[in-house]
Amino acid sequence: MIRRAIIAVVIGFLAGGAGDRGRVDAASPQETIAGAARKVVKIHGAGGVRGLEAYQTGILVSPTGHVVTVMSTVLDADELDCVLDDGRRYRASLLGVDPQRELAVLSIEAEELPAFTLAAPDPVPVGTRIFALSNLFGVAVGDERVSAQHGVVSAFVPLEARRGSYEVPYRGDVYILDCTTNNPGSPGGAVVDWRGRLIGMLGKELRASGSGIWLNYAIPAASLASGYADIISGTTSSDTESPSNEIMGPGFDPAALGLVLVPDLLDRTPPFIETVAADSPAARSGLRADDLVIAVGGRSVASRAAVQQALSSLAEGDAVRLSVVRGGAIVDCNLGPRPAAGRKR
Amino acid sequence: MQSMVTSLMVRRLTARFFAWCLAGIAAIAGMPAQASDVAPTVLDAQQQRIDIMQRAASAAVAIFAGEAGGGSGVLISSAGYALTNFHVVQPAGVAMKCGLADGRLYDAVLVGLDPTGDVALVKLLGRDDFPFAEFANSDDVEVGDFCFAAGNPFLLATDFQPSISAGIVSGTRRYQFPAGTILEYADCLQVDAAINPGNSGGGLFDAQGRLIGVNGRASFEKRGRVNVGVGYAISANQLRNFLGLLKGGRLVDHATLGATVATSADGRVVVSDILESSDAWKRGLRYDDEIVSLAGRSVRTVNAFKNILGTLPAGWQVPLVYRRGGRREEIVVRLSSVHTAAELANIVEGKPKIPAGQPPMPPEHGGPGAPKEGGGPGKGGGPKEPEEQQRRAQLPEDVKAVYESRRGFTNYHFNTVERDRVARLIAADGLAAPLGPRWVLAGRLATGQAFRIELSDTEGVIDLPTGTTRVDATGELDINPSPPGSGGMLAALLVWRRLLREGPEPLGRTSYWGTAPLDPRSFGEAGEPRLVDMLESSVAGVEARFTVGNDGFVNGIELWTAPDVDPCVVRFTAAEPDRGQNLPKGIPAVIEVRHGDELFGEFQVEHAALETAANETGADGPAPEPQALPGGGT
Repeated sequence: MIRRAIIAVVIGFLAGGAGDRGRVDAASPQETIAGAARKVVKIHGAGGVRGLEAYQTGILVSPTGHVVTVMSTVLDADELDCVLDDGRRYRASLLGVDPQRELAVLSIEAEELPAFTLAAPDPVPVGTRIFALSNLFGVAVGDERVSAQHGVVSAFVPLEARRGSYEVPYRGDVYILDCTTNNPGSPGGAVVDWRGRLIGMLGKELRASGSGIWLNYAIPAASLASGYADIISGTTSSDTESPSNEIMGPGFDPAALGLVLVPDLLDRTPPFIETVAADSPAARSGLRADDLVIAVGGRSVASRAAVQQALSSLAEGDAVRLSVVRGGAIVDCNLGPRPAAGRKR
Repeated sequence: MQSMVTSLMVRRLTARFFAWCLAGIAAIAGMPAQASDVAPTVLDAQQQRIDIMQRAASAAVAIFAGEAGGGSGVLISSAGYALTNFHVVQPAGVAMKCGLADGRLYDAVLVGLDPTGDVALVKLLGRDDFPFAEFANSDDVEVGDFCFAAGNPFLLATDFQPSISAGIVSGTRRYQFPAGTILEYADCLQVDAAINPGNSGGGLFDAQGRLIGVNGRASFEKRGRVNVGVGYAISANQLRNFLGLLKGGRLVDHATLGATVATSADGRVVVSDILESSDAWKRGLRYDDEIVSLAGRSVRTVNAFKNILGTLPAGWQVPLVYRRGGRREEIVVRLSSVHTAAELANIVEGKPKIPAGQPPMPPEHGGPGAPKEGGGPGKGGGPKEPEEQQRRAQLPEDVKAVYESRRGFTNYHFNTVERDRVARLIAADGLAAPLGPRWVLAGRLATGQAFRIELSDTEGVIDLPTGTTRVDATGELDINPSPPGSGGMLAALLVWRRLLREGPEPLGRTSYWGTAPLDPRSFGEAGEPRLVDMLESSVAGVEARFTVGNDGFVNGIELWTAPDVDPCVVRFTAAEPDRGQNLPKGIPAVIEVRHGDELFGEFQVEHAALETAANETGADGPAPEPQALPGGGT
């Protein structure tokens, strides 16, 4: 009785503060958080060394176990686990990634799971009150609930951020949050409104390009929905892309096009261009060092190995078209016909 | 006398502070500033909130530890007891200055320390009508609950007005590893209210302004040691478990089961290691047993196990349920200490590590800057005598009057205060007439057979169907744990008789132990277990603990004839005159005696004859026949 009265007081105050004179949903903040937390998973993967956490957060977007999260080194693991709100632990497989939005979709073999509905709603207005639910600092283990924080949408602006000295490729609009969400383990966390609807996902730990301060931001739901759709529809290509797969047939060395990619060190090394040889087909097409290759011939590629494979799968004489991300924009480059494969790798 | 720094008596209207706060909130939220545009219900709700925060602010303590920094605290009684963190008071030592929102500065004295739990109890001096915060049941706190902290972040409260930071409860029952220190945060509350350096030790309040925790730890990473939206508070229920021990001026220790647990391949929490000297082993717990529940709470993860254990003081008895091969067993285990007394003393004697003038940082979550506790292994026990005397000489006079140094205690003065309080309780419940030297208790066992117990200064005698046993009451009691199988029932009753007759002082070295659950099996039932006072006596070679109810009735005795053996556990049930059990006050209707896992006997007292002091002179005469009284309900 008393508890209900207090909740009413708090809701009354907060609703008033938000300028939302309408009725607030019947669900209490506690219920909203509890409901949303059931759709959030704790992800455990690679890391745990040199300041890299081995955990992050993900959100369930289908009752059959599709999990959207951020693309990160945590996912570079043979043993990737998702732990549900009730403590159930599942081995997860990586369905695919969207290297531009830096999203990833995982899959766990489970059914009838509580899940968010991924839709492409209009952005919520600045001033909207939100809860952020994430596995920050990895404090929640097993059946312990992820952490809940409260805050307000402060702005809806294009992301201008960097990670270390790298400019982040994604330049889409994001929600800037008045909520200290930028913490280890938070990436992939759910941002919901006071009715529990998904309005975004906490992104990777980034600093603002201009000021260098840590950004508290969320990728909007609409962007998640399109990224998810892209990944799911491109499942076939991603499925065949496995670091352990030997490239069949004679490999093609991109150097023949004057293109040198970064060394293939990780399971899924992002396909950045290391150097471009002067006066080569690559140089003439406009490619530059530090460009991130996101597609070959219109098919998305997520890793250094996938670029290699896509180029090898082209026949001699086929047109080589690369899509790269540079300064937040996508640039299409036509390198002309593919030369013959060089020495066998 | 209370020392007051009048120059610091800045009386500022707290209302102004809150009005300013609200104006800020209103501006941020884009709310119209004109009150007339706002619905009355909203204004009422705001006013209610202001009142609640103002009340909480009045109980907030700004602790100043001189050069060593300072922090926050929260008053929990009108007598001036205040809770704070161990890491806040550690650099201050015995005496500190505390400012309240009334603008006045008070002298305060250290009362009790729980270094492992990062808790300290201090007492503000000079008043008996301090404002204070009431405890809430922190087990009822839910994620999403509104909460706020009142404290002294960055030592801003130079005028003693606390800062309020509001937020929600982000997580409950969090476990935080000791992380380079011994400060373990178990079963704590996680909040997104801003917790900054200097907030340490301050209160965390619910929407009603009741105390749900004491802020003490935060995750500071990559942001230059300021709030990152992740603060941790020691739960009110853990604080309540330890409060009795802290009030007794003790250096309190946390508990271990003497066994470690791990998650098995199929996800159960099982015993992975166990000491054969532990009580858990003696009660039957073995390797690979699955832990089902501890202290009434179910154990589904290793963290849950550590969370429960971390909230319990060493020495308590708690129920433990385990499963072995599909069979469910319930036992009551006595928890032992994590540290030795010397280890704890070394930790407390550790020199301040905080640079001068800086507020102590809440211990960091795994960060490299977390204060390192604990002296080196080579360090001796207490301070040297001259050092101690010198330290004492520097104390303010009013602090000196309430401070007594003793090994194993934080401030022994408060132990005597509590011991005397309990002694008065017992005396108030005492027998109608002064107690004579020879007591005779007679009645029946559960089997219906008769028994007779006689207790005097010279001997204890018990007549049982199996025969008569005597114990010499003038010698050492540990040499004769009679009757056989009881673990020392006669010794326990002799010591009990002396406590009731003479009080704790003449009995022997008697101290206040703290509080413990009256019935360990009541854990997990509705509400918290009822905590009662305990006295501890070292007399005639035995160690005895007495449980004393709030009414002064001695509910039970535990008596050890040697340190590592099971004690004789005696439980007394008070007579119920309504049911025709007319016995002298203080004399139980039922005496239940246990030893180890065995029930030695249940003695239903039907008659009691206690010689009064008046006929004490006739004690040499024939033993008085027990007066026939209406029988108890057998």
